[in-house]
Amino acid sequence: MSDTTNQQDLMRKLMQRAAPGRAEFEDLVIVPIFAVIVALIVGALIMLATAVDIATIGKSYLALLYGAVGSLNAISETLTSAIPLVLSGLGLALGFRAGLFNIGAEGQIIVGGIAAVIVGFSFEGLPWVIHLPLALIAGAVVGGLYASIAGWLRATTGAHEVISTIMLNLISYRLLDYMLSLSWMQREGRSDPVSKSVVPSAELPRLLTDIDPNLRLHAGIFLMIAMVLLVHWLLFKTKIGFEFRASGENPDAARYAGMRASLIIVLAMATAGALAGLAGANQVLGVLERATPGFSAGIGFDAISVALLGRSHPVGVLFAGLLFGALEAGGRQMQVDAGVSIDLIGIIQALIIVFIAAPLLVRAIFPWGFQKPASGRKE
Amino acid sequence: MTAASTTDTASGTKMETHKDRQARIYGAVLLGLAVLVAGVFALDTAGDATFRLSRPRDPWVVPDLVVPAAPFNFFVAAVLALLGLRQFMRGGFKWSTVSIATGFAIAVAAFLVWATAGKSFSLTGMLSATVVAAVPIALGGLAGVLSERVAVVNIAIEGMLLAGAFTGALMGSLLGGWGGLLCAVLVGGMFGFILAALVVTYRMDQIIAGVVITLFVIGVTSYVSSQVFSEYRFLNNAPVFRAWKIPLLGDIPMIGPVLFNQNLFVYGALILVCAATYYLFHTRYGLRARSVGEHPRAADTLGINVYRTRYINVTLAGMVAGFGGAWFTLGSVGRFDENMTGGLGYIGLAAMIFGRWHPVGALMAALIFGFADSLQQKLAIVRTPIPSEFLAMAPYFATIIVVAGFVGRSRPPAADGKPYVKE
Repeated sequence: MSDTTNQQDLMRKLMQRAAPGRAEFEDLVIVPIFAVIVALIVGALIMLATAVDIATIGKSYLALLYGAVGSLNAISETLTSAIPLVLSGLGLALGFRAGLFNIGAEGQIIVGGIAAVIVGFSFEGLPWVIHLPLALIAGAVVGGLYASIAGWLRATTGAHEVISTIMLNLISYRLLDYMLSLSWMQREGRSDPVSKSVVPSAELPRLLTDIDPNLRLHAGIFLMIAMVLLVHWLLFKTKIGFEFRASGENPDAARYAGMRASLIIVLAMATAGALAGLAGANQVLGVLERATPGFSAGIGFDAISVALLGRSHPVGVLFAGLLFGALEAGGRQMQVDAGVSIDLIGIIQALIIVFIAAPLLVRAIFPWGFQKPASGRKE
Repeated sequence: MTAASTTDTASGTKMETHKDRQARIYGAVLLGLAVLVAGVFALDTAGDATFRLSRPRDPWVVPDLVVPAAPFNFFVAAVLALLGLRQFMRGGFKWSTVSIATGFAIAVAAFLVWATAGKSFSLTGMLSATVVAAVPIALGGLAGVLSERVAVVNIAIEGMLLAGAFTGALMGSLLGGWGGLLCAVLVGGMFGFILAALVVTYRMDQIIAGVVITLFVIGVTSYVSSQVFSEYRFLNNAPVFRAWKIPLLGDIPMIGPVLFNQNLFVYGALILVCAATYYLFHTRYGLRARSVGEHPRAADTLGINVYRTRYINVTLAGMVAGFGGAWFTLGSVGRFDENMTGGLGYIGLAAMIFGRWHPVGALMAALIFGFADSLQQKLAIVRTPIPSEFLAMAPYFATIIVVAGFVGRSRPPAADGKPYVKE
């Protein structure tokens, strides 16, 4: 990390990128697979430790699998859970590429969702071709602005984005509580904090209701695929994407090459926030159809794991998001069928990330799965 | 700052203009505060604000402090305006820090007077609550100081606090208060050790490691609390450490109830801050730890074991955070709730930055955050026109301002956040 300035090391990295060899394959495929397996084993051990018997553990993992991919409904649920994870994960991945560790997706989802829901219930009688994009754009713009506060602070004062985005998250929770208590926002005739419902012209339409009215999969999936392609194009085919990646890899070199570091930080944060805001808009327009307290449901934190697991690559984020969506949907089934709390999924997700982010650890556990390190830098 | 401004003449003059600009910004802030205090807090008020300084049963009763609201606030506005104008004059930057600190303090006083005008308000009660609220923040900040001084960024404080709170509740229910406290400290230390192992031995990115530990602890504690505690309630019913009044000192008016009639955790935090200051700055082990944080290669050359020093100090940091976490359960309610630390670990991290990576500084910063917190809770009772959600946001805004305003002016340990690869 710190020795990227070292010329030889840089050459080795460039060579590796030019000709992806076995090491690349190990990093991208074997490490994640081992990570998932080890995480599931540790999850089982934790269940054992909390007095869950072996039969129930087997039953719960079967329910996990069934709830994730076992039926059309399960697949619909998996995809529905994956959409916001992929959207906000893309934003975080873009930030990571630019060297920014944005923990604020949760807050950006909340403010984006609030903006989208306000647009969603405020205009009646608009055709959906105008209303729906308007609501989505409102979510993206507000999410982007909210995130760029942290970017601006980082660029002008050097305040670390980790702390400022965490604080913006905490602020957004209070803001949501406050907004949901306002009379013009609250649903008529209700005293509990629930916003008015989004009018049908701003809803993301459900796709599979012809087959079964309970299937929740909605048009957000097209949005998700479009954004994966868009972020891929932005990162790898445009000048600004190159600048993002260059300042993430080596900020000094990027600055010497004439890139404007402050502008890049603010732009990267704003784009990341726009994607998270879109995820929030997607939740309120496609799934909940209103804003409720805590509607973000920790998606912003799971998205950190998704971006890390996807190695900050748009396609990787797509697959990681699908995996986490499957864990989410399967976890709900597991809770119903086997009576094991869905919080177990949180543990499994955290463990997966530990093993992904510390490949040396996986290599230490499974030495036979990998080539011997060539340069012998391990002590 | 002074060291930086005397490096050479070229950067020296640049510093001056930068300082002048900063002085003007501070001046504008102070004038803005003056307008706010005069226009809102002074005009829109009537009657006297009564601050109760002692309780009726105290041995020495101090009379209440009665402040006529409108005149006091006009006076505050005038002082603020003077301080602000002083910033625009030649050499105003010399007074910048003192002025802005004084300005904020008296503006808060004016706000309090405005909020309590025509009512009465227990000042001692609020200060006492301030000290209590500062405990977890101070201990979190201290944990941050201990690990960042050896150049390990500790974002995992939140997770360590939560782990301490959880263990305190669980083991406290089984073994009693002291057993629970001991286990909380040990579990905190265990997570410190895990963090050290991940970042020192396995060279994982320090921020990712910290975030992951926090996510893991949130997962485990939420899982056990919904899977086990909901069924076996006796496992989540720990005894609480009550306040111990120190004889004589506890009877001093004002100071007694605030400082000397508190529970174990308040005394513990004060002792730990003193101990950490002594350890870091007056022992050879502390010197070694700091040298590892500033220049690990040089420390290694001198024969200091960099890896072992990092392991020991990060584990100690985890133990401090575990103790701080036990405050949430053994020190206040005796029961664990999911995610009950609510981001205080991160505020502790901000307190560390505000306190310039020094234990005493972190404690002072924690007291300011604690004050903001207790102010918000008391004002929610007094009923002000400001919605309570916005008052609740105040500590978070304060954190952002602090981190943005102080980060350029205080210096982290030079090797902070960088892994060390032994050659």
